[in-house]
Amino acid sequence: MILLSFDWMLAVEKLILIAVIILASLGIALYTTFAERKVAAILQDRRGPNRAGPFGLLQPLADGLKLFFKEDLIPNNSNKFLFILGPALAMTAALMTCAVVPFGDKAEVFGRTVTLQIADVNIGILYVFAVVSLGVYGIMIGGWASNNKFSLIAALRGASQAISYELAMGLSLIAVLMITGTLQLGEIVKQQMSGQWNIVYQPLGFLIFFICALAECNRTPFDLPEAENELNFGYHQEYSSMKMGFYLFAEYVNMIISSAVMATLFFGGYDLPFLDESTLPVNIAAIIGVATLLTKIVIFLFVFMWIRWTIPRFRYDQLMNLGWKKMIPLALANMLLTGAVILWLGK
Amino acid sequence: MGITQILFWVLSAVALISAIMVLLSKNPVHSVLWLIMVFFAISGHYILLNAQFLAIVNLIVYAGAIMVLFLFVIMLMNLNTTTEPQKNLWLKLTGAVAGGCFMMMFVSLVRQAGDMQAKTAQVTDGNIGLIKNLGKALFSDYVVPFEISSVLFLSAMVGAVVIGKKA
Repeated sequence: MILLSFDWMLAVEKLILIAVIILASLGIALYTTFAERKVAAILQDRRGPNRAGPFGLLQPLADGLKLFFKEDLIPNNSNKFLFILGPALAMTAALMTCAVVPFGDKAEVFGRTVTLQIADVNIGILYVFAVVSLGVYGIMIGGWASNNKFSLIAALRGASQAISYELAMGLSLIAVLMITGTLQLGEIVKQQMSGQWNIVYQPLGFLIFFICALAECNRTPFDLPEAENELNFGYHQEYSSMKMGFYLFAEYVNMIISSAVMATLFFGGYDLPFLDESTLPVNIAAIIGVATLLTKIVIFLFVFMWIRWTIPRFRYDQLMNLGWKKMIPLALANMLLTGAVILWLGK
Repeated sequence: MGITQILFWVLSAVALISAIMVLLSKNPVHSVLWLIMVFFAISGHYILLNAQFLAIVNLIVYAGAIMVLFLFVIMLMNLNTTTEPQKNLWLKLTGAVAGGCFMMMFVSLVRQAGDMQAKTAQVTDGNIGLIKNLGKALFSDYVVPFEISSVLFLSAMVGAVVIGKKA
């Protein structure tokens, strides 16, 4: 079907892919909330949710329904439009990143070869970085529009934390770029499939990126924007019903996407080690690839939760000191070292 | 009309309407948000010209960093319509007319400039905006201006640190 000299089947194919990926992210996020409570329970020697359905598996659905049926309050003195825009932006920014993550190599559906990536753009990593930097708006707008001092302070904390840790994150990405020589995420995965995973060359870079990802997702030990004992509840204090659900949910989607990005950049993406995918039929290789990436994501999610239920949160000045005086110099040193080694080996 | 042209007109309309809304909004926070819309539309134009790097850097630097600082300042100053000084209508009208005249002059100058004669935009097939070509141009042909601007940035950073230490 060619109209306006444009292959509309491609658009249909991409739309289906987008729908599948977004629905999958939301579905996984739903069960991540359940997993979080189960992991917390295991780490604290409790049972966790076990009433709704077998092993409590229906608990996230019950929670979602509860949020939908709660009364949706909008404070009288708030800025109504921005109050609604805030959670919407948080969710959109969280979901947008998955556009450049390669979930697998290729699949053949009805004779068409479908790339399992929404867009393999020339500037994949920078795109991720741009969307991360836009994620601040959801928090800031929501916190400000609530017209509540606690919310505003939490929003400013959140925004300054995100800005501070973005810098170190960007610097650790530059070191990865030096090794791969490309910004295309699909290409980066292919290089790791034929060679070593980037974690071998960039252990320090990965550590920095991981810590910054914790800070960008507002996870413990960096969950200051929602420190309940000093800010009541944080930037979403005035929110109720599904709007609050969106904020909480966006955090989980962010965790999933940043796990996917970390797996792609440092742990070979959809590459299953010790297996040569090119010898397998295309569709089987695609299924193995997607399953491998999902496994890596689940492992990262578990580490996120493990950290949350083990480590207490930082004080605000400690957070800023760590960000500006430790992470950024460390990331710069990592960058210089990488550059020097590449020059020395003459690659 | 091809798909590129349709996208061009839609993006231009979005950019112009958002730019006008930046000026017309009474609430400064709304103005900032409209300005972010303008940046998005302009990034869309860059993508139509296949200048992906410029598009994304425009978003990272302007929408992601500078506008966040603007929002910070506006939110902390707590500006609203009652405290903001309103200029009278005639002054606004004069400003609009003078600005319009200046823009007409500017457009006609740009159109007549020698560099612009017989040039067409390379839509979707130009590749100078891709990161590889841009990097090569920056680090070979334009390396001196590039380094000078980096020194400028460094001095700005040092200045910011000095001011921060004083307070």
